[in-house]
Amino acid sequence: MKTTGVLGNFHTPDSIMHAASKTHEAGYKKFDCFVPYPIHGLDRAMGVKRTILPYISFTGAVTGLATAIGLQAWTGAVDYKLNIGGKQLFAFQFSIPIDFELTVLLCAISTVVGLLGLCKLPTWWHAFQHDAGFKKATDDEFVLGIYASDDRFHEESAIAFMKGLGAQDVRVVTEGNEHA
Amino acid sequence: MQTQTARFEREPLVLGNPSLGDITRKISGITESKPNMKFLMALGASASLMSWGLGCILYTMLNGIGVWGLNNPIGWGWDITNFVFWVGIGHAGTLISAILFLFRQKWRTGINRSAEAMTIFAVINATTMVLSHTGRQWLFAWLLPTPGNQMQMWTNFRSPLEWDVFAVNTYFAVSLMFWFIGMVPDLATVRDKVQGPLAKRLYGIFSLGWDGSMRRWHHYEMAYMILAGLSTPLVLSVHSVVSLDFAAGILPGWHTTIFPPYFVAGAIFSGFAMVVTLLVIMREILDLKEYITLKHLDNMNKIILATGMMVGYAYAMEFFIAQYSGNPYEGFVFVNRATGDYAWSYWIMVLCNVISPQVFWFAKNRRNIALMFVISIFVNIGMWFERFTIISTSLHHDFLPSSWGYYSPTWVEVSIFLGTFGTFLTLFLLFSKFIPVIAMAEVKSIMPYAQPHHGHHEEGGAHANGGGH
Repeated sequence: MKTTGVLGNFHTPDSIMHAASKTHEAGYKKFDCFVPYPIHGLDRAMGVKRTILPYISFTGAVTGLATAIGLQAWTGAVDYKLNIGGKQLFAFQFSIPIDFELTVLLCAISTVVGLLGLCKLPTWWHAFQHDAGFKKATDDEFVLGIYASDDRFHEESAIAFMKGLGAQDVRVVTEGNEHA
Repeated sequence: MQTQTARFEREPLVLGNPSLGDITRKISGITESKPNMKFLMALGASASLMSWGLGCILYTMLNGIGVWGLNNPIGWGWDITNFVFWVGIGHAGTLISAILFLFRQKWRTGINRSAEAMTIFAVINATTMVLSHTGRQWLFAWLLPTPGNQMQMWTNFRSPLEWDVFAVNTYFAVSLMFWFIGMVPDLATVRDKVQGPLAKRLYGIFSLGWDGSMRRWHHYEMAYMILAGLSTPLVLSVHSVVSLDFAAGILPGWHTTIFPPYFVAGAIFSGFAMVVTLLVIMREILDLKEYITLKHLDNMNKIILATGMMVGYAYAMEFFIAQYSGNPYEGFVFVNRATGDYAWSYWIMVLCNVISPQVFWFAKNRRNIALMFVISIFVNIGMWFERFTIISTSLHHDFLPSSWGYYSPTWVEVSIFLGTFGTFLTLFLLFSKFIPVIAMAEVKSIMPYAQPHHGHHEEGGAHANGGGH
């Protein structure tokens, strides 16, 4: 049975905040806090680096704008010239609504795809998810988890460390006992 | 200190200060409960209405739009009226979810999920309406710049009608993504609560494996912010582009520069009225009075009053400019609106949209459930007539008296319109049963005890079962 990690539950936002910064200070890298709603400043306490998502979105926006201008200019003024009421074949003025819409559309799509990519979602299964106490993290408790894949991970010391932080119901989750 | 600050304290956003667990049980409990008789009857009635409407669309497809009452001067009738009406209804959802989010209006958390759902369902109706009027509906792909279609040429990007295709589709796609992404954490909460194996599986699939990881929340919050930032100009652009369908035409009564802001104000006005109509019913039936409080309704009624005044201003300004411009056709169209064949429609519009919301100047009226329900229905009616007035009065009497006419709908058009309400209500009822109707994660995050106390991080500050700042 492979150990996935150690979990411990907390009951207040203050205590998980405190635990997160202590875990970060202790040098653990592969740990996470599972919380029912975003807690202000918890990401900073955990030492999470600022997300690169805005760059992904911006790339999408630029692609959208380029696509819109390219599409309208190429179809109208290059590929099939059509004289409609003597209007110009391509002009920036009339291209603006579609420029705007495609910029927004591609930016939104890249934001969503980028979000799923960065979060590694969808993911259908995860050994923690069969732990009854872990499920409280989508309800009303705050769960700290240290993964066994962390370089500094030793089962006994991780358990002792978490108990020291005041975590309740500290337990080891292994990949075999998910139906226990 | 408590007593001194008490009179200046804001009303709580959620009444009764429920714990985090209470919120979960209450909201996800709705999805677990067995549907009762009342629900099934309402669903049956609205689904029948929807089927009747869709049947009439099928009838139109089989026979052509000759079965409608459209005639030579009046080529747009109830079809486009309904389209503009439903796109407008959609605006409240995006406004609540995006603009109020950026302005940190925390009261939006109680109502944003259901308002966004309304947006999606309203835009579905709008696209159905606009597709049904194209004549050969199965060739809808020709509206998109697809190569190698039978026309052997590209779409005309100089036409506002083509901008509309992009605007409405983008709006639908972005609203849907925004709505879904906002829902993922709540679907995960329901997944962890429900008992049935099928339900567990379905909520499991749609929650994408969300587990509340703060590392994920970190990306998630950024994504939500970006989507809100994108939706804010988007919501202003959609009805602006819809209004350009008219404003870029040369008809008197349509060819005015006031149209984009006027349409956007009207859209927000009608959208909020629809949100009030449905929320008043929903908070009663699903017993959500602690979450959708009188404060929420009060705030929405203020927005109805403000946008109603903007719409009233636009009516007056349109009239004034028509006379002041010295353009005889423009001047005639407006006098004709108020006194001509469609004067009844014009005055219904003024009565419902300008006069009726004035009762909301008084705080007591803004918190009177029965009254706001009636007013919101009036506003819905009035906004439908606004679109009808704009479309048919401009078309029926334009430049040459030889091409004047009158338009009345046939039973097919009336049925299709009623059917859109069936579609809207059917989808909304299904939503209220299967999807958490209140954004649980967001409501939890604004509870007074939800955020850590800054400055001291020691064990056991505020407890998640009560207390406050």
